[in-house]
Amino acid sequence: MDAHKEHIKLMHKYLDGDLTKEEELVLSKHLEECEACQKHFHELNRTIALIQSTEQIAAPLHFTENVMKSLPKEKKRMKVIRLFKGHPFLVAAAVFFVFMFGGMFSFWNQSNELVVSKTDNLIIQGDTVIVPEGVTIEDDLLIKNGNLVVKGKIDGNVTIFNGKLIEEEPSLDQEGLMASVGEVNGELKTVDRIFEWIWYHINELIQKVFAM
Amino acid sequence: MEHIVKERIKQVKKGDQSAYREIVELYQNKIYQHCYRMLGNVHEAEDIAQEAFIRAYVNIDSFDERRKFSSWLYRIATNLSIDRIRKRKPDYFLDAEVKGTDGLDMYSQMAASDRTPAEELESNELQRYIHKEISELPPKYRSIIVLRYLEEFSLQEISEILDIPIGTVKTRIHRGREALRKRLRHV
Repeated sequence: MDAHKEHIKLMHKYLDGDLTKEEELVLSKHLEECEACQKHFHELNRTIALIQSTEQIAAPLHFTENVMKSLPKEKKRMKVIRLFKGHPFLVAAAVFFVFMFGGMFSFWNQSNELVVSKTDNLIIQGDTVIVPEGVTIEDDLLIKNGNLVVKGKIDGNVTIFNGKLIEEEPSLDQEGLMASVGEVNGELKTVDRIFEWIWYHINELIQKVFAM
Repeated sequence: MEHIVKERIKQVKKGDQSAYREIVELYQNKIYQHCYRMLGNVHEAEDIAQEAFIRAYVNIDSFDERRKFSSWLYRIATNLSIDRIRKRKPDYFLDAEVKGTDGLDMYSQMAASDRTPAEELESNELQRYIHKEISELPPKYRSIIVLRYLEEFSLQEISEILDIPIGTVKTRIHRGREALRKRLRHV
């Protein structure tokens, strides 16, 4: 066996692609002469062929899923950042709407108190604003969360949020009522519902934008 | 492909966990197969392959991006496999060097097992038999044989994966081949 040891070393060098030209000559010459080494060399080559013949196997189903599930939790901040990166426009639009409507709704819900744009010459009884007889309001009038009774005269526009114009004396036709009860010479707007409230805001916004 | 992997690793390093999914999908078959060949058992292979991916994720910051990610991943999988083998085996190793000899281990002193010729084995059984013989090699030879002949890495790459000098790789592959030759000569 010892006599072949050097040659077996050469065989392994050959298998690793490390054989020099001279060594290759020595080995091939020896293989021609020595049957034992020939057999050894053949067995080595065959062994490699055998182990390389084994089949490829694939990872079990859901392997990736299981790995992903077992990973430690990532920071929450990252999830938000990824959402922004993945759908920038969608997120921007969503954020815009949340702020816009959120602001409006909260304003709508929170401001239950009576707000009157101008109190000079007006009588306020509870949530009712009265324009007394003989009084003329020249400016625009804005009332939130209250009703309006007009006995006198309003020259400007009237806007009522979450309230209405109360008719003091029942009358058959509108013209007659206006004449008999009081007078609004400007535009009269009553905003009573949330959608109209939003619509009103949007209109205002558009008007402001175009006014600029 | 290397480029995609590099990109994903950068994302993972920044903390983006979902970028890791692609990496797992890309390497799952190779790593699972490697573990199976190291351990010779599908359950342990799945266990260790998963563990390897989790370890790689947890330690991603220690991965040097100038190196090959696959080599790093293979190294983790190989080390975990060897750990597992050590845990389940008794305390002696056939590949431990025998005192007073130069590079001789218990393995080289063992007679080749006298198996009956297995010509009657069907192809499937033959494959199972070969797998079994590979999985009975001492782990440090086994990892190199598997990487070299089943996963077709170069000796240089194996030296990088296992972080051992190329001379050691050559010595071990030499012994691994001889050991397998003795085991498979009758097939």
